[in-house]
Amino acid sequence: MTTTASRPAVKVAGLRKSFGDHVVLDGIDLEVAAGTVFALLGPNGAGKTTAVRILSTLIGADGGEVSVAGHDLAGDPEGVRGAIGVTGQFSAVDDLLTGAENLVLMADLRHLGRVEGRRLAAELLARFDLVGAAGKRVGTYSGGMRRRLDLAMTLVGDPRVIFLDEPTTGLDPRSRRTMWEIIRELVGDGVTVLLTTQYLEEADELADRIAVIDHGRVVAEGTPGELKSRVPGGHVRLRFPDTAGLDAAAAVLGEVSRDEDDLVLQVAGDGGVRALRDLLDRLDRAGTEVAELSIHTPDLDDVFFALTGQPTTEKDGAR
Amino acid sequence: MTTLSRTATDSATMLRRNLRHVLRFPDVLLMSLGLPVILLLLFVGVFGSALGAGLGGAAHGGPYIDYLVPGIVIMSAGYGATTTALAVNKDMTEGIIARFRTMAISRSSILIGHVVAATTRTLVSVGLVLVVALLMGFRPAADLGAWIAAIGVLTLLVLALTWLAVAIGLAARNAEGVSMFTLLVQVLPFTSSAFVPPDSMSGAVRWFAEHEPFTPVIDTLRGLLLGTPVGGDAGAAVAWCVGIALGGYLWAKALFKRDPTG
Repeated sequence: MTTTASRPAVKVAGLRKSFGDHVVLDGIDLEVAAGTVFALLGPNGAGKTTAVRILSTLIGADGGEVSVAGHDLAGDPEGVRGAIGVTGQFSAVDDLLTGAENLVLMADLRHLGRVEGRRLAAELLARFDLVGAAGKRVGTYSGGMRRRLDLAMTLVGDPRVIFLDEPTTGLDPRSRRTMWEIIRELVGDGVTVLLTTQYLEEADELADRIAVIDHGRVVAEGTPGELKSRVPGGHVRLRFPDTAGLDAAAAVLGEVSRDEDDLVLQVAGDGGVRALRDLLDRLDRAGTEVAELSIHTPDLDDVFFALTGQPTTEKDGAR
Repeated sequence: MTTLSRTATDSATMLRRNLRHVLRFPDVLLMSLGLPVILLLLFVGVFGSALGAGLGGAAHGGPYIDYLVPGIVIMSAGYGATTTALAVNKDMTEGIIARFRTMAISRSSILIGHVVAATTRTLVSVGLVLVVALLMGFRPAADLGAWIAAIGVLTLLVLALTWLAVAIGLAARNAEGVSMFTLLVQVLPFTSSAFVPPDSMSGAVRWFAEHEPFTPVIDTLRGLLLGTPVGGDAGAAVAWCVGIALGGYLWAKALFKRDPTG
């Protein structure tokens, strides 16, 4: 199994897709290592959903090479379908059936056999906290319950690669936390997860690597830490007890931005220990007293703004 | 697993799903009985004696209800098809169809499941209309062979209308898009031999009634049930049904192969 372990679970090169004149994907390259969570992060209309729809064999691509779980997407879509599970943005459950019937339906379509199908359905209902609602029609479920059932249905048949298109959009904060826990457990079992999100917080929480997508292109890719380190904006914030202290410190430190009203100086820097000690030493030698010190590191909001030139208006929804 | 046995297994799974939908809402089945039964009451109770007298020999000497029932039975098959078109149209907009498309299953099983379930549902409602007709005084003169032939013709027509309905359901953007089809299957029987023989109509309407698909099917069914000669109508009826079934099947298959837009 060493050869499969080193092979990426999803490999995408030069993926293109247009709807009429509208270019949705303009040459996307991605590589997702097996057993990791990879997040496609971008605003609405960036092309995230289209990418997932192509990777999950739902729609065709105009160009590019894609392999999923070792199967070529164009040459062997059936192979891809046998290895993947998909939870789309809009719930893919049968409203007229009960939760248990939905799961048994999936088991039947995966040809698991009657006994195994029932056993698995019961196990998933318990795992996703749906036992009490198992016999109720899904049409009566709440949004969070539908999402949980949706994901449970995706897991039937043990897919090795799972696509989640905005798995927590529209969920309340508690359901979102639950969903995050479930996704972490999946990866613990060795499953590869490719998810899309417009929430920076979500990508930061879950993803091993993130690709930022804007207007159908990958504008940045890396670990959450790497992406954060790529943007300026880190600084040390010093507050002084009086104007005299502020002036003295400003004279010692040279190029800083000062805020007279709040008696605050902002010194550029990432808050590394050596730089911080050096800064404190200089203030110490000048005999300046500092009332308060705080370190500000850039978060993904800064990254997003720096890379796409637009603030994340969706940010509020993530809270 | 071979392709064929996989198609059969998956189609059975899809059929179970679709039959569950029908059983969960039995009112849909009862609703599809409503209009044919109302028409039966109206044409037998209100217009019955006048139409029967007017028809004279064309009604083969029997009461008007005997002439009418084959047409009403065919109409209820048409109503079944409108229900099918709406059900398919609604189902295709559900996310679960997108899920099916991303699974390693036989794709045709999704359509086959719909067709078999809808054909079954429609035949059950047609059977119930026949029962109501018998209770109202319909007295067929068919022997066993003729009954089997009549059921065969009915099944073939229902299958044909169902494949067409599935294609219409796939082609329509929304439920409103199905309404043209509803209008068609509701109006066509009126301008056929369902209520009065085309001989009694005039000009263009008469020509249309003589050449539209419902007329030979109704005449064949009437001949089989009343024990009168069927003649060349049977050939035309089977040809129409096979043609519609094949056209609907190919159209539905092509539509389903397209990338989903939703």
